[in-house]
Amino acid sequence: MSKKTDANEVPTTGHSWDGIEEYDNPMPRWWLIVFYLCIIWGLGYTVFYPAWPMVNSATSGILGWSTRGQVADEIDAQLTANAAVTEKLATVELASIAENPELNQFAVNSGAAVFRTWCSQCHGSGAAGAVGFPNLLDDSWLWGGSLEEIHYTITNGIRNEVSEDAHYSEMPAFGDILEESEIVQVVNYVMSLSGDPQDAEAAAAGATIFEEQCTACHAEDGTGDKYQGAPNLTDAIWLYGGDYDTLLETVTYSRFGVMPPWKDEVGGRLSEAQVRAVAVYVHQLGGGQ
Amino acid sequence: MLDYLKLVLLGLIAICAAIAANYAKDLAFNVHMLIIMVTAGGGFLWVLRGIDEPKPAAADTSSYMDGVVRYGVIATAFWGVIGFIAGTFIASQLAFPALNFEWGQPYLNFGRLRPLHTSAVIFAFGGNALIATSFYVVQRTSAARLWGGNLAWFVFWGYNLFIVLAATGYVLGGTQSREYAEPEWYVDLWLTIVWVAYLAVFLGTIIKRKEPHIYVANWFYLAFIVTIAMLHILNNLAIPISLFGSESVRVFAGVQDAMIQWWYGHNAVGFFLTAGFLGMMYYFIPKQAERPVFSYKLSIIHFWALIFLYIWAGPHHLHYTALPDWASTLGMVMSVILWMPSWGGMINGLMTLSGAWDKLRTDPVIRMMVVSVGFYGMSTFEGPMMSIRAVNSLSHYTDWTIGHVHSGALGWNGMITFGALYYLVPALWNKRSLYSLSMVSWHFWLATIGIVLYAASMWVTGIMEGLMWREVDANGFLVNSFADTVAAKFPMYVVRALGGVLYVTGAIIMCVNMWLTITRAESKEDEAASSPAATPAE
Repeated sequence: MSKKTDANEVPTTGHSWDGIEEYDNPMPRWWLIVFYLCIIWGLGYTVFYPAWPMVNSATSGILGWSTRGQVADEIDAQLTANAAVTEKLATVELASIAENPELNQFAVNSGAAVFRTWCSQCHGSGAAGAVGFPNLLDDSWLWGGSLEEIHYTITNGIRNEVSEDAHYSEMPAFGDILEESEIVQVVNYVMSLSGDPQDAEAAAAGATIFEEQCTACHAEDGTGDKYQGAPNLTDAIWLYGGDYDTLLETVTYSRFGVMPPWKDEVGGRLSEAQVRAVAVYVHQLGGGQ
Repeated sequence: MLDYLKLVLLGLIAICAAIAANYAKDLAFNVHMLIIMVTAGGGFLWVLRGIDEPKPAAADTSSYMDGVVRYGVIATAFWGVIGFIAGTFIASQLAFPALNFEWGQPYLNFGRLRPLHTSAVIFAFGGNALIATSFYVVQRTSAARLWGGNLAWFVFWGYNLFIVLAATGYVLGGTQSREYAEPEWYVDLWLTIVWVAYLAVFLGTIIKRKEPHIYVANWFYLAFIVTIAMLHILNNLAIPISLFGSESVRVFAGVQDAMIQWWYGHNAVGFFLTAGFLGMMYYFIPKQAERPVFSYKLSIIHFWALIFLYIWAGPHHLHYTALPDWASTLGMVMSVILWMPSWGGMINGLMTLSGAWDKLRTDPVIRMMVVSVGFYGMSTFEGPMMSIRAVNSLSHYTDWTIGHVHSGALGWNGMITFGALYYLVPALWNKRSLYSLSMVSWHFWLATIGIVLYAASMWVTGIMEGLMWREVDANGFLVNSFADTVAAKFPMYVVRALGGVLYVTGAIIMCVNMWLTITRAESKEDEAASSPAATPAE
């Protein structure tokens, strides 16, 4: 520390600008040494790793390391470790997965990871859904809640133009078909199926219209039809909302919820093992049938 | 004669802008042309009114030109507060998304306000601070009045017009979507003109200096001005789709384009926020401490090493992307070697205070400058560390980067600028001292605690986020969804916004103190000091 007090006695360079002078101190030795060490380390590093551009390509470094190689190695290691169980998951009878606890656990874990990556954007990271995107935790299913049905829905998706086998159905926009007063009546009737209508008189009148216009898909008792993706209207579970204004909008303009196909063979991005894993994961969330 | 030329030019610009506004293809371009029309029209009237007036006696060319520096000091404080408020607001939007008000869509959503914040603090606050202090410092250390007469005024007003065009453009949806280079082609062209004028004023003053040597602060300022000109032009090479719209097409594509962008982006940090502000440090710290600079040798070596190395460091923003590995390696290696050259500035700043450490107790302005240099040292250690590929694979795309940037921006750039403003206000308005040193102390503590809250919360949330993203179970499957990581960050986002509130509060106290100093503080009796003659130091 004696150097610091000595600093006052070091001569200045003799320059002066607006009263500012400069001491002629040497560069701190530790600073210089660390600087040199960094340079030596840096040059050494470029020998081991890809670094210097040449005419047609760059030096590849004596370790032969590359970022793409690193990623490929990490992915390969996981794929190899999981190869046997993945193969099994993709090929066994779908219903038999649950009988093999080890396979089932693998499917659930892997399905959960795939779900968080690809499904959570719409269905939520906890699978509780959002307005227009079904809750996957309850036992209300638009297109069926058995493992096979869930697997089919994930594979082909809903109302998309990518997979030929996608689920398809289309509710008409009743604004083009019914009078406004009739729509009000049928909305009140639909509300009466699972609770209280806004207007009991209108609800009674709506029953006839419902019978003529809606029962083909939603069934006479309003419990829906999973082969047409027609929701059950009696269980007080609503995809877009069950209040008067939302129902009025739904009946007037209809809805057209879409889900992409996920299986790689029909234009999606997941392998058969991954589709099955997600199906198993979703099936065991609570509502699987 | 010159006045008539100005009239013709301003009139032509106003008319062209009016025509362009009429044919405008998008809202941002339309509003910008109207702004230019009004500005040029106003200038036209102003010149016209004075055209036959007797000229005031020619300004005393033996004294320093400080009027433009005074305007710059006020603009710096003004834009600083605007930029800090914008930052605090968008930080709150991230914590509470409801603050993206329905009625304010799309103008006030996070995506449009974020570049407004970054440009306001970097270019409006930082840029005005650099222009004002460089004009002050180059005159004092060259013992010469600014070269080019009223050209310095053109630089000041032109630069601030650029800022208004940039800021309004973002809110109205006109952006090139290039980080820190968002302004559209015609705004870039205007900045190029202003910047060349700036270079001319600065270089002209150095050339006519009366001192035998060029002071180290001026090396840094000059490196900043020259390099920013080069970076700005190359990163904004684009072909407009229409002369009447803000959209343009880039001349580079793909990974080359990304590389140019981050070569620019990193050197905006290296030359705008580091070299330029080191220039500021090299003048105001020795002045405020009244001590000689620690080591002339160190300043030479670290200057050239810094200038040589920084320009290579850009690729570390593109680790693990389509960028070839060799470029990524070179960027990383040069960034690590850059560590000591960066610290050279810190050592020279701190060691200049040796023998004057007692001033830390009595002078809150010195305290601010010391903390500033401390944050500079911290972020120039953190930067090279984060550029290492293995560290970067954890830190990249996380809030750690945001924390790193803000410990540099709030700590180093903010604090050294506050210190310089506190030095300049009494000097420029001829006052004995600041109105209140205890207000400076309040500002110091609010800002320091604000920075600590900000940086610490972003380090924690950034590292947490990085670890959550890469967390896998025994079979190699991801454990967390992206939304899980967002939800986990909420408390830290609130702490971060709180840090911003403290920092803004400090800056507002500074503005009040500046205002009271200018209007109420006791003047120096020595009249000569108000227009000091430009004489070389002994």
